[in-house]
Amino acid sequence: MAKYLLLRLLDAIPTVFLVLVLVFIAMRILPGDPAIAALGDMATPEQLAVFREQMGLNAPLWQQFVDFLLGVLTLDFGRSLMSNRPVLDLILYNLPYTIELTIAAMIMGSLIGIPLGVIAATNRNRWPDGGMRAFSLIGYAIPDFYLGALLLITFALNLGWFPINGGGTDFLDRIHHVFLPALTLAFVKAAFLGRLTRASLLEVFGKDYVRTARAKGAGEQRVIYRHGLRNALLPITTGFGLSLLATLSGSVAIELVFNRPGIGKLLVSAIAERDYSVIQGGVIVFAMFVVLINLLMDLVYIIVDPRIRVK
Amino acid sequence: MMSTVEHTAAQVVADGPGRFELLQRILFGRSGTIFAVAIIFIFIAIAIFAPLIAPHDPLAQSIARINRPPSWENWLGTDQFGRDVFSRMIYGSRNSLLFGLISPVLAAIFGTTLGVIAGYFGGVIDRVISRLVDLLLAFPELLLAILIAAALGGGFWNIIVVITVAFVPGFARVARAQTLSVKQEPFVEAAMAVGVSTPVIIFRHIVPNISAPIIVLITLWVASAIRIEASLSFLGIGTQPPNPSWGNIIRDGLNNLFGSPWPIIGAGAALTGVVLSFNLLGDAIRDVLDPETSE
Repeated sequence: MAKYLLLRLLDAIPTVFLVLVLVFIAMRILPGDPAIAALGDMATPEQLAVFREQMGLNAPLWQQFVDFLLGVLTLDFGRSLMSNRPVLDLILYNLPYTIELTIAAMIMGSLIGIPLGVIAATNRNRWPDGGMRAFSLIGYAIPDFYLGALLLITFALNLGWFPINGGGTDFLDRIHHVFLPALTLAFVKAAFLGRLTRASLLEVFGKDYVRTARAKGAGEQRVIYRHGLRNALLPITTGFGLSLLATLSGSVAIELVFNRPGIGKLLVSAIAERDYSVIQGGVIVFAMFVVLINLLMDLVYIIVDPRIRVK
Repeated sequence: MMSTVEHTAAQVVADGPGRFELLQRILFGRSGTIFAVAIIFIFIAIAIFAPLIAPHDPLAQSIARINRPPSWENWLGTDQFGRDVFSRMIYGSRNSLLFGLISPVLAAIFGTTLGVIAGYFGGVIDRVISRLVDLLLAFPELLLAILIAAALGGGFWNIIVVITVAFVPGFARVARAQTLSVKQEPFVEAAMAVGVSTPVIIFRHIVPNISAPIIVLITLWVASAIRIEASLSFLGIGTQPPNPSWGNIIRDGLNNLFGSPWPIIGAGAALTGVVLSFNLLGDAIRDVLDPETSE
């Protein structure tokens, strides 16, 4: 098991390196001259020269890459071209809001989705199952930012139950602020997790050991939770991981809808302002989270399914 | 020569169910598919004939008529620039459908090429391609698209590139797996044994035999492509204003929340309807062409 963990960790290193190479190439080569991009077409040659010197753009490419790697390793992402604040400060300020939103959405999504899946599977081809199917069809089709905007208009703007923007101050206020955005993301999550739970449970219900359990007179509750849900856990865990990644990418648009702070909002504003150092920092942070979540999911599989350890 | 081609074609059709029968099974296999197809055709017609259908110029601004509620003249009211929301929605369908249909096809071409090369030749080529594909697959499509768009910026071709790149790894993985299994079929081994050239084996024996799951994937991802274009436009890195797209109509609507909710409600409903329809059609095609992977 320790060997597997170590191998998996080593395996993540080239991935991280490749991500950094791609970000570096994308930021330095693709958009043309970053100095013109940052200062605009109207900048004088002197201004451009000063900017290039400041950003280290005059150095040879390999040296820029080494500096870039060293910067990332020491968490030094440079300063924002717009506000001149360190990019790390901006990220550290915004990150908790995104994490808070993602966690709240995952909790709400699981609490809604998994029970719905169980209900649908145990009432197969009856009305709760049909309801689940309709719910998941809509959940798969409705864009999260549209759902968010509808919830915002209804519950924040018209009914006034929730704030229409911001991230909140103290604990209760932050929960109040995160509720609607999290519910938006949770809706899509619930559709996905519900459908997955239903499918995995139905597969397990067809297995011999479930028939045996029923035959020896185990109660229906025991069959569902002890034999069914437990064995359906592996695909649900996989789904949970995928869903966590989807929530992370969904958070970008949702932060914009509810005008709340977060890495997504930071990234989108930076793109609009062509603030390259902030874009670079934001992209790296997002990418690292994706790698980290994938890694964690692999570790969770080992815990949930002991058979993997043997392989 | 001509007759040989016709002869083979006739044989292929005679082997499996006919085209007409396949179409029939797709359309009537599940209830609801036929409605989905009808909605898709309606929206395609709207996109093609937008200039004839739209009651107003989608770009014409007017300070005198901003934020009007729905009326007989402006079915969905006007936005903060006095533009007719209904006309903007009609023109917006062009962007959604264009990106939704072009990107998955392009991604299928590039992705299948990569996957077939990896699966057929194996070795170092396979390892390099598989490694890259695994890396890209680790990122959710939308996040990958946002990250690439962050570097490239908006604009027509950039959006195409962004969505295509986000979809390529999925196609590559499926094509590679399929190629590996088809490669071991007796007819491919026989072709190799009698010395048929590699390109002929690939295009004549492998590609036609892996096409079903690829087609299924294309149809399933049209909906995703439409959603991604809408999300990018919503974030301001897709279709650039004043050019309308359902995504940036919702964005404009959100900036004008106190003015009128109708742009959001209308554009979002159209978006949801089209995505839902393509999802239903994709599921129906999968049921028929690739029954093993359907539920």
